[in-house]
Amino acid sequence: MSIFINKNVCNGCGKLKETLCERICPGDLLFRNAAHKAEIRSQADCWTCGACVKACPVQAIDLKLPSQILKSNVSLRAQCKKQHTVWEIRNGNGIKEEFVIPATTGNEAK
Amino acid sequence: MKEISTVKLDTDILIIGGGAAGCMAAIEAKKLDQSIKCVVMEKAHIERSGCLAMGLNAINAYLTTGQTPETYVKYVKDEFFGIIREDLVYSIAKGLNESVRQVEELGLPVEKDQNGDYMSRGKSSIRIYGERLKPILAAAVNRANVKVLNRVVATNFIFDGERVRGAYGFGNRDGKFYVVHAKVVIVTTGGATRLYKPIKTGDARNTTWYCPWNVGTGYAMGIRIGAEMTSFENRFIPLRVKGVNAPTGTIAQGSDIRQRNALGEEYLEERYKHLGGRKCLSLYRLLATLQEEKAGRGPCYLDTTCLSVEEEKKLKEVYLNMNPAIVLLWANEGYNPRKRPVEIGGMEPVVIGGHCQAGYWIDGERRTTISGLFAAGDVAGGAPKKYVSGAWVEGKIAAKAAVEEIGKIELLHINGEEVNKEKERIVCCMNGREGISPEELERNLQEIMDEYAGGATAHYELTESKLIIARKKVKELEGKLGLLSAGDKHGLVSCLELIDRFDVAKVLIEHLIYRKETRWPGFQIRTDFPERDDANWLGFVNSVYDPVEDRVIIIKRALKKENEYLYK
Ligand SMILES: Cc1cc2nc3c(=O)[nH]c(=O)nc-3n(C[C@H](O)[C@H](O)[C@H](O)COP(=O)(O)OP(=O)(O)OC[C@H]3O[C@@H](n4cnc5c(N)ncnc54)[C@H](O)[C@@H]3O)c2cc1C
Ligand code: SF4
Ligand code: SF4
Repeated sequence: MSIFINKNVCNGCGKLKETLCERICPGDLLFRNAAHKAEIRSQADCWTCGACVKACPVQAIDLKLPSQILKSNVSLRAQCKKQHTVWEIRNGNGIKEEFVIPATTGNEAK
Repeated sequence: MKEISTVKLDTDILIIGGGAAGCMAAIEAKKLDQSIKCVVMEKAHIERSGCLAMGLNAINAYLTTGQTPETYVKYVKDEFFGIIREDLVYSIAKGLNESVRQVEELGLPVEKDQNGDYMSRGKSSIRIYGERLKPILAAAVNRANVKVLNRVVATNFIFDGERVRGAYGFGNRDGKFYVVHAKVVIVTTGGATRLYKPIKTGDARNTTWYCPWNVGTGYAMGIRIGAEMTSFENRFIPLRVKGVNAPTGTIAQGSDIRQRNALGEEYLEERYKHLGGRKCLSLYRLLATLQEEKAGRGPCYLDTTCLSVEEEKKLKEVYLNMNPAIVLLWANEGYNPRKRPVEIGGMEPVVIGGHCQAGYWIDGERRTTISGLFAAGDVAGGAPKKYVSGAWVEGKIAAKAAVEEIGKIELLHINGEEVNKEKERIVCCMNGREGISPEELERNLQEIMDEYAGGATAHYELTESKLIIARKKVKELEGKLGLLSAGDKHGLVSCLELIDRFDVAKVLIEHLIYRKETRWPGFQIRTDFPERDDANWLGFVNSVYDPVEDRVIIIKRALKKENEYLYK
């Protein structure tokens, strides 16, 4: 599996015409299904680029590894803040690592 | 067959592919002349499309302190054993640092030392916090008032036999047919991947290094109208971290990390000293690793166990900026790189002009051999090692020449018959017939390329006898393209992408057959001609496709001095 969409967390981006994950996927793989939740058309076509993970405002998407089965409790999450990206990595032993990395100087908003 | 509606647009400049080169070309064109009309046609969404979608952690073409355009040209020439277009590489080198400063100005955070100087990572590379590089470029494109057609896949050039007059596209969201006429077109669609069987299969088949949606459409569109292409045989085979295909340069460059085989030997030093040992050219790193594997001394590793705690943390940080999956892999294996060395190996070959030099044959202003058409970035040939910053420079050079040209050109519309022809070509896979799925044909093509045209299974090795089989089999398989059938819009795009890959593969095979020497060991190993042969082959292998005869005509071009390349 390449990504996992947590259906309990995904709100289908409310009334947006196009969901934020659907809008961003470089492979055009995501869509909103009849239950108003995000869904991936084809796991095998996913590049694991993480663009959807970063775009989701409620962190409903987890990156997975298509070449390995993830142990439970292992996860990688990303949250895009205004000028930096916050990453949270959990390994199977309950250890959590956090990275706060600069992402823009803010100039592009000017 | 469902009728699809047509959208018509006119513009001064049409840029096809809103990636690194395309975005920069758009920004530059508007900077030079605010009043011109500029359209970007992009198959994905420019905010996260193409190679930059994941982010980057370095600018790999940059003149660090002490480097000059001249030293840069020499470095690239040495890496490619004498065959490069010095004029193109030189023009890139001159613009590298300025383009980086420009993107920093747009919002890219660049790592700096205590003095405020850029942090270098080796001789020609600097570190950046590039996770959001693509959104930053996209924002600048939007601010510049460029019209962006997101989710429109270019399918062919509008060509009247004399000049490119725009391009056709298919809206993969709205299902519409786009006809965009332009005075000048700049193609920046990147290189071509998914030609060879991927290292990973099944659900992991797209965890390749190169952007899997850069399938060489830009090459194919040019091939179909007879544009001259160069150096397809100079394919690129990346040395990557196994499991996630993350670039190894992030670990290896600018640090003291050794490559070891399964026996723990530092094989570059022990067995490949004559090629430069630890300091060898990057293609020898690949070659040596492949040879170690073949000799039964694999797998090979980057020995990360020497990293300090801080260095390990930094390594994770830089990978998060570019290939986050590797950090997840480490978490899942329960080992950090300090505890366990990182396994490396070769990937399936890709055809690109930004690492190696496959692409359009262009002049100094990035004009292709077809009037009205410019090329920049990975789709343009002759100038390897341009990477992201070189793509920016080329985008700017092409934009400048394009802006100068539009004043002299009248916008002409192609006749409706031609337009209908392309529309029919596009929708014919959608006629609801029982046919072959693009996936099935793709697998067949990739198997042939893998086995007979030097894929990973064949240890990347090439022989004339196998290549001739590849030529024959691809031609046979091509006959099945007429049976392609798509269920929906996405399937239709897959069909079109596959057709494009056949055109690229056909040219690639002819180039591989033609060069009867081993020029770039690792990337292009002719086991039947294992030596480098400067007397006969120190020059370019170019080609032009003849659609009437369905034949790839090879043109051998000698290396010339800088100014002798201006052929127009
Ligand atoms: C994973 C990865 C990591 C990299 N890391 C680095 C790094 O750290 N430093 C560095 O200097 N370089 C790096 N590179 C190289 C760099 O990203 C490329 O050299 C650069 O992006 C090439 O620019 P381009 O514009 O030619 O291609 P791209 O940036 O890929 O742009 C091509 C664009 O064309 C679009 N397109 C394709 N086909 C069509 C079509 N038919 N119709 C419309 N649009 C189309 C694509 O969607 C894409 O937006 C990396 C590359 C990859 C893949
Ligand atoms: S962006 Fe997040 S919330 Fe919106 S549809 Fe996608 S997964 Fe659901
Ligand atoms: S990880 Fe990338 S390719 Fe995969 S679904 Fe998300 S955005 Fe698309």
